[in-house]
Amino acid sequence: MRITALVIRILRQIIRDKRTMALLIFAPILVLTMLHLVFNGDEYKPKIGLVDIPEQMETQLNLKNAELEHYENEKLAKNDLSDKKLDGYLVFDTMPPSVVLEGSDPSVNGAVVKWIQDALKPLQQNGMNQEIKIDYLFGSDDMGQFDYFGPVLLGFFVFFFVFLIAGVSFLRERTTGTLERLLTSPLRKWEIVTGYIMGFGIFTMIQATIIAWYAIYVLGMLMEGSFGFVLLITLLLSLTALTLGILLSSFANNELQMIQFIPLIVVPQIFFSGLFNLETISEWLSWIGPFTPLYYAAEALRNVMVRGFGWEMIYKDLLILLAFSLLFMLLNIAALRRYRKI
Amino acid sequence: MKNPIVSIQNVSKIYGKHQVLKDISLEIYEGEIFGLLGPSGAGKTTLVKQLAGLEVPTQGSNFIFSEKMPHLDLIKRIGYMAQSDALYTDLTAKENLDFFAALYGLKGKEKKQRINEVMEIVSLTDHLGKLVSDYSGGMKRRLSLAISLLHNPGLLILDEPTVGIDPVLRKSIWGSFNSLKENGTTILVTTHVMDEAAKCDRLGMIRDGGLIAAGTPEELMQQTSAANIEDAFLAYGGA
Repeated sequence: MRITALVIRILRQIIRDKRTMALLIFAPILVLTMLHLVFNGDEYKPKIGLVDIPEQMETQLNLKNAELEHYENEKLAKNDLSDKKLDGYLVFDTMPPSVVLEGSDPSVNGAVVKWIQDALKPLQQNGMNQEIKIDYLFGSDDMGQFDYFGPVLLGFFVFFFVFLIAGVSFLRERTTGTLERLLTSPLRKWEIVTGYIMGFGIFTMIQATIIAWYAIYVLGMLMEGSFGFVLLITLLLSLTALTLGILLSSFANNELQMIQFIPLIVVPQIFFSGLFNLETISEWLSWIGPFTPLYYAAEALRNVMVRGFGWEMIYKDLLILLAFSLLFMLLNIAALRRYRKI
Repeated sequence: MKNPIVSIQNVSKIYGKHQVLKDISLEIYEGEIFGLLGPSGAGKTTLVKQLAGLEVPTQGSNFIFSEKMPHLDLIKRIGYMAQSDALYTDLTAKENLDFFAALYGLKGKEKKQRINEVMEIVSLTDHLGKLVSDYSGGMKRRLSLAISLLHNPGLLILDEPTVGIDPVLRKSIWGSFNSLKENGTTILVTTHVMDEAAKCDRLGMIRDGGLIAAGTPEELMQQTSAANIEDAFLAYGGA
């Protein structure tokens, strides 16, 4: 089988190149560990729902610096909370009011809690000094920054390294003339692309398993959902990285030019992946997000790892990732026509 | 008359405004060593790439084994060695051979036997397990030749096969060409080295994308009353 031969050859090359293999596995582990040790928070304007608030109380509260929404009952507020239209809501059925937070982003949690404390200060001067009870829809108050950023970083490192390694190895295939040799063999163009995807796919699976395992079980990253879903998402993400890397390598003449794609293609994806709050990005830039694979992978990873969701909440993101890979694959096969017409 | 294996019919190739091949017609017959002679940039590589199925002519057509190129079924019957060695230097020679043999559908005993045969031809049998990155330039060139022989092609297309190889090795490589020829393989080599051209059965001289002469080395020298191939080439070129 011709594809099998290609897959075996690619795996042999990766295994022989110990340094690259180490880069693919240990570099992400190293960086994740460092981020785990370092991370800190920042500021944000929260979106708060007020459920059934008595009018005369609203005039007393300090409600500046937040987007407010009024609800008649808790059920409506809870729906909006799950749809992420709200960061949290206050229910005024008891005194002091009870608080429910969406909870998956610790920086948002912090901002909301701080805002609520400020808002309720006037009441406390009226002699109410009890602790405010806070409930979380997802996550908990001991969730750290790293737990929220972690899934994105996990996706990012898989994407980044697979993109680079696959791109460079295909580029080498072209510059050393082996691609030409492959094309003078009976190997078909789709077989070349498929062979690459399977060869690197197998390796990426191992890479993703090790990194995810390390992040979750050694660094203690929050993990509410199933490990299998995490692997599935990272595999699909690495497929897009692989196909995109191979595709872009046709536009590079050497390794350095391949590296030039990193600030252009790879780094910008971080900005739209939810590592930074998407709502604080200027309007005229935010439309880019939906065009980047990492955007979907990060959302799906976070749904699984932080919110503990299953298949029905991630399958759309997975399908979009698959569509990205398919598109890049077809473009790859078309790009190979430059070297052989049949 | 012998069987034409390669038939190039009125082939022209134009890249943008630059005409690389100008109306070339040529036939290569079964079991001969045909040399394409010309300076670098004359269009030799473009022509052999068309025959290997990597390029298509702008005008005219190429026929190999009486079928029009490019054609995937024909590709299996052609062995092509490009100017670059095109080897995976991070793998051993055996792993390289294994890989390319599998692409041609060779397996098991047959594969093992073919690998031993071709390595015998290029006298590299002792270096089968070595990493290609540890090979010398000449060894890489010979391994590259061995790979293009793996599937026992009826037509062997070699682009500058002996470039950068010392005279002793060059002689041994030409020796293997001759033994392949005796087994019925048709060989097309490109070269810009005049004394190498003299070893071919027939020659085609190419200059600025046009075929300026074709025939046996003796014919070409006689017709121009030249003492060697170099003078004949100059005479046809209008010098």
